[in-house]
This record gives sequence, C-alpha cells and structure tokens, in this order.
Amino acid sequence: MTTAAAPATHPLPADWRDFFALTKPRVMSLVIFTALCGMLAAPVRVDPILGFVAILCIAIGAGGSAALNQWWEADLDAKMKRTANRPIPAGRMDRTAARDFGVALSAGSVLVMGVAVGWLCAAILAFSIFYYAVIYTVWLKPRTPQNIVIGGGAGAFPPMIGWIAATGEITLMPVLLFAIIFFWTPPHFWALALFVETDYAAAGVPMMPVVAGHHSTRRQILIYAVLLLPLTLLPFWLGLAGWLYGVSALVLSGLFLLLALRVAVFRGNVADMDMRPEKRLFGYSVLYLFVLFAALVADRFLIG
Amino acid sequence: MQLPPDPETERKRIQRGRNRALGLILVGLVVLFYLITIAKMR
Repeated sequence: MTTAAAPATHPLPADWRDFFALTKPRVMSLVIFTALCGMLAAPVRVDPILGFVAILCIAIGAGGSAALNQWWEADLDAKMKRTANRPIPAGRMDRTAARDFGVALSAGSVLVMGVAVGWLCAAILAFSIFYYAVIYTVWLKPRTPQNIVIGGGAGAFPPMIGWIAATGEITLMPVLLFAIIFFWTPPHFWALALFVETDYAAAGVPMMPVVAGHHSTRRQILIYAVLLLPLTLLPFWLGLAGWLYGVSALVLSGLFLLLALRVAVFRGNVADMDMRPEKRLFGYSVLYLFVLFAALVADRFLIG
Repeated sequence: MQLPPDPETERKRIQRGRNRALGLILVGLVVLFYLITIAKMR
C-alpha cells in the first residue's frame, strides 16, 4: 500500500525513535545489567549464544511491558511534567500502535525465550510482563500507596530469570536476588516521589507522599533501608557469595542506610527545602544497585 | 529563517526510517534463529 494518496492533513506516522522511546531504554539498561549479573553470578558456564538470547529476551520483554504501561497510562502521563513528552501524550504516536507494539514485543520475547532457553524461564518472563503491565500498571498503581512495594516485584525478576536461564532451576540465590531488588525499590521510588510529589498529586496517583504524607514516607524509606542491609549480606552469610561481595554489600548498604537516615530525620518545612538529601538518595540508589550486582559478579570471577 | 518541512516529505522520511528499522529487525531475527539452531545442535 502506498502512502502517496494519504491526505495532507492526516497526522504523521510515529518515527522509529518514538517506538524505541516507548521501551524506556534507560530502565531497560538496568534490566539488562541486573539480568546479566544474575546470569554471570550463577555457578555454571552458560552457552554464550543462549546467554545472549536470554538477556535479549529479558530486555525485549521489559521493553514490551514498558510500551503496554505507556499505552495504558497515556492520559496520566499527559498530566505530569516528567512524562508529558512521551510519544503518546506528546501526540507523536497513536495508542493502538503502542499497544500492538507492546503485545508484539512481549509475545515475541516469551516465545523466543521458550524455544531457545527453556519454558521455565519463558513462564517467569511472561509472568513478569503480566505483573508489570497488569498487576502494577492497571490494578495497583491507581489504587494504593503500596503500589511501589508490590510493583517492585516486576523489576526484581530480571536477575532471577538470568540465574535460572543459566542453571535451569529455582534455588535460594535467585530468590535472594529477587528480594534485594524488591526491598530496594520502595526507598528508590519514594525518594523520587518526595521531590516530584506535585506531579503525582496533579495526576491523582496515590503515591506514598501524596497519601500518607512526607513524615510517614520518610520513616518507611528508613525501614526498607534497614531491612536491606541484612538482606544484602545474606548471600555472604549463607556461603553463597565470597568476602568481596560481603564487604561491598556492607559498605554500600551502610551508606544507603546513612543517606536514608538523613532523609528520615528531616523535620522542617517542605516548601523551604531544596530536597537535596532525597535527590542524593535517589541518585545513590541507582549507583548502589549497579555496584552491588557488579560486586556479586566480580566476587564470582575473582574469588570463585 | 528555516521553513518547516513539507508534510509529504516528512511522511516519506519517517516511513523510510521505519522500513529500514523493520528490515533490520527481520534480518536480526533470521540471524538470531540461525544462531539458536547452531547452539541447540551442539
């Protein structure tokens, strides 16, 4: 079919860059990294081709669920400064195209994972997509301030799938990797929510600072940071990782706790502050996860 | 002053970009399935 006959007033089709943006490439980079770390930290040698396919499928699955998330939340995104320029709210793409793109990526990634790596991995990948696109996006996010706590599970799947892709079985270590990201997510997102609160309030999203207030959110950030410290040390205590990981986890989680404490002790007027401790905790939390998982891999290769 | 691009030219440019991206994806899938087959046969 030719496009020459299309009327001049018809809106332009979406550019390939808009489809790429729909996959949330920055989130995808963290997904790829944690999945790769989960795979490399496993105590077995992975076929490089099948390992690459597994990581590719996890990344594409994450991209598909991100596209479905943006298809569903287009009206919400339009109300927030941070998300208003995404392809659908900015008017560069129609919603149907985003939905079809998301479904195609999700289905494609699960099928290829099943054929190439195994159906256990494919089933967990399918569930993680469903978890993010339906349980979190459609059900939890607009209904409860605990959305981030339960929704955090969606981002916790990649290292677990990476490990299972290598070993073929679910053991304690992939469950611990899942738990680490699960407990890391609330303080990470609530630190962000504290300094973009007005955006969430305008869009009517019941984020913790909007519903429970700053004081409660800060206290809960601290609780999760306290829980994260022993949790990240568990692989070392249980003999599943060596001293390099143990020392790294202690230092990194200790600093995380310290920054969370600075956020928690704030008692001043919110309007007067520059939110520096919150921004610092948010920035550090991203670095924290990268370094912690890198330490796990380094420990596996250097210490064994 | 730069004139805004002609909509028809812009449409063709976007369509060309999408066709190329789709072509690359299809070639990528062919290579991917070839590599998976090789890996599975080992």
